[in-house]
Amino acid sequence: MLEVRGIRAGYGSMEVLRGIDIDVAPGEIIAVLGANGAGKSTLNNVLSGVIPAGSGRVMLDGADITGGRPTAIVEAGLIHVPEGRRVFPNLNVEKNLLLGGYRRGKANRAANMAHVYEIFPRLAERRRQFAGTLSGGEQQMLAIGRGMMAEPKLLILDEPSLGLSPKLVEEMFTLIARLAGEGLSILLVEQNVAQSLEIAARAYVLENGEVAMQGLPGDLLARDDLRKSYLGV
Amino acid sequence: MDFLGLPSYSWETVLGSAISGVFLGSVYALVALGLTLIYGVLHIINFAHGAMLMLAMYAVFFLWSALGIDPYLALLIVVPAGFVFGYALQRGVIGRFSHGRDEITLLVTLGIAIMIENGALFAFSATERQVQVPYDFDGIDFGVTFAVWPEIAALAGSLVVTLALWLFMTRTDMGHAIQAVAKERRGAELVGIDVEHIYGVTFGIGAACVAVAACLLAPTYAVSPQFGYLFVLIAFTVVVLGGMGSFVGALVGGFLIGITEQLGRLYLGESLGLITISAIFILVLLFRPTGLFGQASG
Repeated sequence: MLEVRGIRAGYGSMEVLRGIDIDVAPGEIIAVLGANGAGKSTLNNVLSGVIPAGSGRVMLDGADITGGRPTAIVEAGLIHVPEGRRVFPNLNVEKNLLLGGYRRGKANRAANMAHVYEIFPRLAERRRQFAGTLSGGEQQMLAIGRGMMAEPKLLILDEPSLGLSPKLVEEMFTLIARLAGEGLSILLVEQNVAQSLEIAARAYVLENGEVAMQGLPGDLLARDDLRKSYLGV
Repeated sequence: MDFLGLPSYSWETVLGSAISGVFLGSVYALVALGLTLIYGVLHIINFAHGAMLMLAMYAVFFLWSALGIDPYLALLIVVPAGFVFGYALQRGVIGRFSHGRDEITLLVTLGIAIMIENGALFAFSATERQVQVPYDFDGIDFGVTFAVWPEIAALAGSLVVTLALWLFMTRTDMGHAIQAVAKERRGAELVGIDVEHIYGVTFGIGAACVAVAACLLAPTYAVSPQFGYLFVLIAFTVVVLGGMGSFVGALVGGFLIGITEQLGRLYLGESLGLITISAIFILVLLFRPTGLFGQASG
């Protein structure tokens, strides 16, 4: 579904990504892990077209989307649910969801919204409430629901567990697994290594803008260097 | 006129004054509606608003003097032209040079205002010009005061534009997108909203509102290159008084300022009467810092 080849990018003369290769197959959850500053956010910004790639290629479902503007990338079906949610605080839940289908999935808005409400019943209860008044967990649900409104081919979830209580984190990962079970391809970018590896099909570990390790969760968990650096054991 | 003790008037005189204040206020509201969209929603301080109004007034005047087009019929030409002008101005000049920084936006729009005004002075001279319509002495007699058709049309126009803007912002995709861009630009980008386009559209709608105002003002006001100043300061007052970004606020604020001004003139005289505008402005903000219909920003 997603094919990332040799992406290099940075800010000014500072190179942050130094040749990244990533593959996501349809219906797969692929985790991208790494500490702060490893290049995860930059990778997301390149994929969603917010900053340009210096070199490399991004293919989505066979189409080359390298260097596209954010509007074109959304149009193609790559939807980025950003870190910090970025919901529209001055609009209610329903309007936030409607805007999720602003560029893509417009024809099926009613059906898509019903689906989002089925997955997140809490959002249905709060549909007339301003997004700015929701709790952190509800805002995260809204951000994911807004992304689903665009009928994504690939959903990038950027730190979805950040700032949530341990119980909500658990719930959130269960939900993400359920979305993939419905056939959605997900690139899960997380600092929460242990729980990400529980639901991911494969994982990439970024360090200093390069893929330092990659493989099946079981194989990665067996490696001492990963356990030492990311799990503290 | 007695400046020391307030003169006493019959209730008919006071009511008549208040009613004419409503008509004057609807004119202020018309100018303020476009401003509250640009300034209140997108936080662009548009110093060129008055100059744009003046330019639209000239367009209405020349359509009438050269082609004999009635100012109300001119709505069909001037309003779409205003939208295109506003869109192009935002995307081609204001957006390109201001880099999203308020202080630069302010200077860019001020520069545009100076250029438009001096261009008008050069092209059209300082002579006042006015559209002559056959119906500008007819109207409705309210007993205590008399309103001519152009005044009634301006009042109706202000109500229609307020309703149309409100429906547009709350019921359409584009209206929602404008609100989304106003508060969460990055989030808007990531759902595929073309942010620069939305800025252009918003500014274009603001300019179209100015064009509506120009068509409705043309039968009652003469235009000269300085025309904009008459309204733009009061329009800014109305926007802040009504609450930034609130269309109902702009309408009610316009009425409040209009009534206050007319009563001030009645009791305090032509020149001193205008201080009541500042007085009511300070008074309202003292008790409601976000304006009459404003929401606390967050």
